[in-house]
Amino acid sequence: MAAADYHQASLPDLLPLYYRRLFPFSQYHRWLNYGGVTKNYFQNREFSFTLKDDIYVRYQSFSTQNELEKEMQKMNPYKIDIGAVYSHRPNQHNTVKSGSFQALEKELVFDIDMTDYDDVRSCCSGADICPKCWTLMTIAIRILDRALRDDFGFQHCLWVYSGRRGVHCWVCDEAARKLSVAARSAVAEYLSLVKGGEETVRKVVLSDPIHPFVMESLTVVERYFSQYALLGQDILGSKEAVDKVLALLPEDVRKKLLQYFQTEKNPETRWDILKSMAQDKRTTAKKGHYFEMEIMLQYCYPRLDVNVSKGVNHLLKSPFSVHPKTGRISVPIDLRELDCFDPFDVPTISLICEELDQPKTEEEQEDTMENENKKEAGERRKMRDYKRTSLAKYVKLFDQFLEGMAHSRKGELLKNSDLQKDF
Amino acid sequence: MQFYSRRKKLIGNAQTEQLYGHCLQFYGQPPIENISLSEFETFAVDRLKLLKTVENLGVSYVKTSDQYTKKLDAEFSNLNFPYKIEADDRKPQTGPSEYEKRRKDHISHFILRLAYCQTEDLRRWFIQQEIDLFRYRFNDLGSKNIREFLQYNNLHYHTISIDEKRNLMDKLINSSFAVSGSTVDCQDFYKVPFQDALDLVRTRKVYLKGGYVYIPHQDIVTIVLNDFRTRLSKALALTARSLPAVQSDERLQPLLNHLSHAYVGQDYSIQKSIGKISLEQIDPLSAKSYPLCMRQLHRGLRDSHHLRHGGRMQYGLFLKGIGLTLDQALQFWRSEFVKGKVDADKFDKAYAYSIRHMFGKEGKRTDYTPYSCMKVILSNPPSQGDQHGCPFRHSDPELLKQKLQSYKVSPSGISQILELVKGMHYQLACQKYFELMHSIEDSGFSLNHPNQYFMESQKLLGGPGAGVKVEVKREDNPATKPPNPSPHQTPGPGNLPQEVAAEITEDLDSFFQDA
Repeated sequence: MAAADYHQASLPDLLPLYYRRLFPFSQYHRWLNYGGVTKNYFQNREFSFTLKDDIYVRYQSFSTQNELEKEMQKMNPYKIDIGAVYSHRPNQHNTVKSGSFQALEKELVFDIDMTDYDDVRSCCSGADICPKCWTLMTIAIRILDRALRDDFGFQHCLWVYSGRRGVHCWVCDEAARKLSVAARSAVAEYLSLVKGGEETVRKVVLSDPIHPFVMESLTVVERYFSQYALLGQDILGSKEAVDKVLALLPEDVRKKLLQYFQTEKNPETRWDILKSMAQDKRTTAKKGHYFEMEIMLQYCYPRLDVNVSKGVNHLLKSPFSVHPKTGRISVPIDLRELDCFDPFDVPTISLICEELDQPKTEEEQEDTMENENKKEAGERRKMRDYKRTSLAKYVKLFDQFLEGMAHSRKGELLKNSDLQKDF
Repeated sequence: MQFYSRRKKLIGNAQTEQLYGHCLQFYGQPPIENISLSEFETFAVDRLKLLKTVENLGVSYVKTSDQYTKKLDAEFSNLNFPYKIEADDRKPQTGPSEYEKRRKDHISHFILRLAYCQTEDLRRWFIQQEIDLFRYRFNDLGSKNIREFLQYNNLHYHTISIDEKRNLMDKLINSSFAVSGSTVDCQDFYKVPFQDALDLVRTRKVYLKGGYVYIPHQDIVTIVLNDFRTRLSKALALTARSLPAVQSDERLQPLLNHLSHAYVGQDYSIQKSIGKISLEQIDPLSAKSYPLCMRQLHRGLRDSHHLRHGGRMQYGLFLKGIGLTLDQALQFWRSEFVKGKVDADKFDKAYAYSIRHMFGKEGKRTDYTPYSCMKVILSNPPSQGDQHGCPFRHSDPELLKQKLQSYKVSPSGISQILELVKGMHYQLACQKYFELMHSIEDSGFSLNHPNQYFMESQKLLGGPGAGVKVEVKREDNPATKPPNPSPHQTPGPGNLPQEVAAEITEDLDSFFQDA
């Protein structure tokens, strides 16, 4: 690994190699083409490139995979963003009458960024992350993925590591892509429990009745809370940390707890006392007191950047784009192995470019011989190229995701044609 | 709407029954009778007043509160719109008959459709107010009338079976206030795609499973409203397409244009004071004449040498509104940001664009207007790291109290403000803050814009912005805004900008002056 340490200065040298031999264009096109069901879906999609020196080029669009490939290999963008599917080709947006150029559809997207948790993590701040606070992202994915599937009925949620300090979700179901701005914002607000900025102390407020969604989310948090918050972040350890938690409690409970805490130092026991006080309070008081749940949610519940989800035309960093600061590739996350996902394990562009230079194994050599006489040799070489790097397993994951979508599309088609034949 | 050149009377009683069978309308059919120009104007202006009231009350009160209903009730009878179903039976001795009221409701709605179909902004405003209005009236109906209304308008929604209800019992009970163990059985539940009940989804007041919501009968208003919104929105799009025909009528065209300008109120975008404020004055001004929201942003900017996007927009446009030029604004932001983590180069690359954008020099080249209180309170609430928003709306009362203490507000003043905040009268709380900061009894205006706060403050203090008066777009209009005598009431419909009144006929003038 040491050989593959990433330096920002090397990016301009590595990008051409990455786009020429490693970027999974065919999968990428397959994704955004969505089976070619809607005419011009790929052609009217906005791409935006960030070039050297933060030069930002919006409204790029391409009519074929080949054109996209050529352009990316020519421009070698530092970063790629994906925007909406528009009413016209984005690269011709200046030629249509203003007002008629409109964003029509886009995946429903979510952006979760570790910086938004700065008031509740003690290990790092700002753009920094560590395995300790990464648990927050794991919790976020678990909670949101469940809600998107069970509550909203979406099936095709692609979770992607952003390359630095967060994760993105692309909900690709047809119904999700067609959602209006109002519907997107309603979904995002349904999923937001932590509210308020610097001027709010108590950011989660629960009231009767506790909605099933909140209960489900709490079940997820409970699985991680003790290990992550009590032990990892030590939220009931130092005096400072304790004060922060106590500020979220009603006056009388706070006083009592302070007394208890003078003798009891173990964070887990402290938490148990707090929890049982909440339960006592619930049985005696008329109005609901849910402060222990509120604390759990304030410390662990996903914090969405709502504005990213709301807009149809909002851009979001594309999967398989490189993060220019860390050099890490924005790769899909395997939810079946979510608890083992380690952002520091995600390959950097330097690593995979290096892996390309390693001599081929025998098996691969044979493979090469076999296919030598077939056409589209260039295409195949690229296929084989990424397979020789650490990128392979992520591309495979992406393939599986695409396969899942193709499968549902087929099911849908069959259903429709059955309906039509039904005379 | 159709316009015939011939006048013909066709108000037969049978027809009125058929036309206005229910006191609440879905506005499916446009009116086809002829009306006089003066009636056209009266109707339009009255409905506009009504919608303005709806808008203002919506900011000051919870939409289901008694005060909200009471005030709207009063406005309804004031303007002679139909509002209670019983009204028909009581046979009013004086004033217009129920039929006339329903007719007015019908026709005035369609006139405003014409005036408000032209741009996205206008349509959005109109739909929002009409929906609030409809919700209020629908909630007033009572169950028997609701059933009649649904039947009358052919609205049918899918209900779930008893078995399904039993299976989901727990979840249904925990999803809505309206449901308890005993009422699940006797209530109908409607199952519709979640896209049709966004307001319930947004607030998590409904059970959601597999993309469908399960709505108790009590909340049926949501589905009906959604239907209403969809239809109205489609209708407006259609109206916009046929608008050229109407606009060729020279009697109507100016009237419609003025009507549609009326909704925004003063936007504080055009300033005579441009360039009259120097950057050195900003710090003292921020203590003396800034509303709390801007003071908070200014403080935050000076302390952290940075503001996030929401804060830059809210504060940046405010600064533009009080008269900073583009160059000043760039200098102001740059000098502060470079003290923090951003160097001059990064500032020019990442932030300067958006400041030029604010001044209409980039992108769409829209000259953005400063945010009004309503916009600050209702849209884009602050989240982690944000300092924008309305301190009265978005701060914890405890923090607000501390802040006010640090600004030397008297304890009695603080408790008055907190009382208003508790009642969700954020703008009134801000107005109280104004009075306390300027040591006056009665500020004599009704506050609805941060820039208005600034101007009024400067007027009182006689500072550099004192002469600042927002330029009225029409130069030939000498009228200035009459002071509102009762600041403790919610802003009434009288706050329509003067330019509307300027050119229309004289009776119209009196409509606007009376408030």
